[in-house]
Amino acid sequence: MLKSLLAGMGLAVMLPAVALADCAEVSQGQLLISAAWSRATIGTARPAVFYVTIRNNGSTDDRLTGIETPVAGMPMLHETVMTDGVASMPHASDISIPAGQTVSLAPGGYHGMLMDLEEELKDGESFPVTLKFENAGPVSVETAVLPLRAREAACGDAP
Amino acid sequence: MRRRTLILSSVGLLSALGFMLAVGAWRSGDLPWQQEAALVSGIRAADLGSMSWQLTSHDNERVSPQDWVGEASLVFFGFTWCPDVCPMTLLNISEWLDKLGPEADRLAVHLVTVDPERDSPEVLADYLSNFDPRITGLTGTPDEVARAVEAFDVTVRRVPRKDGDYTMDHTAGVFLFRPDGRLSSIIDLHEDPQFAVPKIRQALEREG
Ligand SMILES: [Cu+2]
Repeated sequence: MLKSLLAGMGLAVMLPAVALADCAEVSQGQLLISAAWSRATIGTARPAVFYVTIRNNGSTDDRLTGIETPVAGMPMLHETVMTDGVASMPHASDISIPAGQTVSLAPGGYHGMLMDLEEELKDGESFPVTLKFENAGPVSVETAVLPLRAREAACGDAP
Repeated sequence: MRRRTLILSSVGLLSALGFMLAVGAWRSGDLPWQQEAALVSGIRAADLGSMSWQLTSHDNERVSPQDWVGEASLVFFGFTWCPDVCPMTLLNISEWLDKLGPEADRLAVHLVTVDPERDSPEVLADYLSNFDPRITGLTGTPDEVARAVEAFDVTVRRVPRKDGDYTMDHTAGVFLFRPDGRLSSIIDLHEDPQFAVPKIRQALEREG
């Protein structure tokens, strides 16, 4: 009962991706957020992933402190790190976005880890993710779901 | 893309380091593959012929290391609950195979799961159907997987999560074996295809 209710709520959140969602750009304050994408999932048991590019056009540093999304009960910032050839992905308490620089959450590095999925992420759809910045505040970005074998955002590198 | 630049430059650095070590090994009379293997992994039995483990493939066939002797093989460890590193490794391997062209037909490619609890042959088959069909998934009972993990001397750590779920830390390198079963080299996670593909070609050569 609760599950189907949640699934119903989740479905309302997933939108068929309009062409724009693939390359949606959102700016807030001095930040430009672009190329938000994720990979399709098989069912809901496995965690999904979230990648995005953040450009800080300002002269003050900012910091990404967390993410939120209606599609996952436990979204978290992670960083894939290699220690003596062993890959692990510890929680990143925050990600620094220095003034004048571009930081990407990208395969093999920082990523959003979307755990406790409420629904399957399907290729071609999109869902919102809210990025929480220390200075710029919360910014919501539409995230394109790409095939499981996607390597990068469909719109290529952000400016 | 600052991050990409950072990754690329560290790859360059690692490759340069690898080259220097290889040259050093050559000078000291050791074979480069021995030196590299010792550096990246303490792999004990750098020879498939002397390993003893048995696993089940994603199409339910029993596999032992001796089955791989006679053909060059590429082996890596991962698990299908891993959303970042494992798809990346699978996609990198696809890219290497594509760059190799017809030569790739002489290479057997295997993913050994480090998460036998969740990765049954059926789960592996379902997951891998999204990737390059030339990649075979292998799993087994927890004991069988532990034996293989020990033979390749890879590190596997089960990391519990707050919500009772868990994730796995694991060695991310890709092992290359020659047709005679000897370890040829190890490809690093972030290695550029420019360096990875020649390593595979080297493993494909019968005479090392
Ligand atoms: Cu993660």
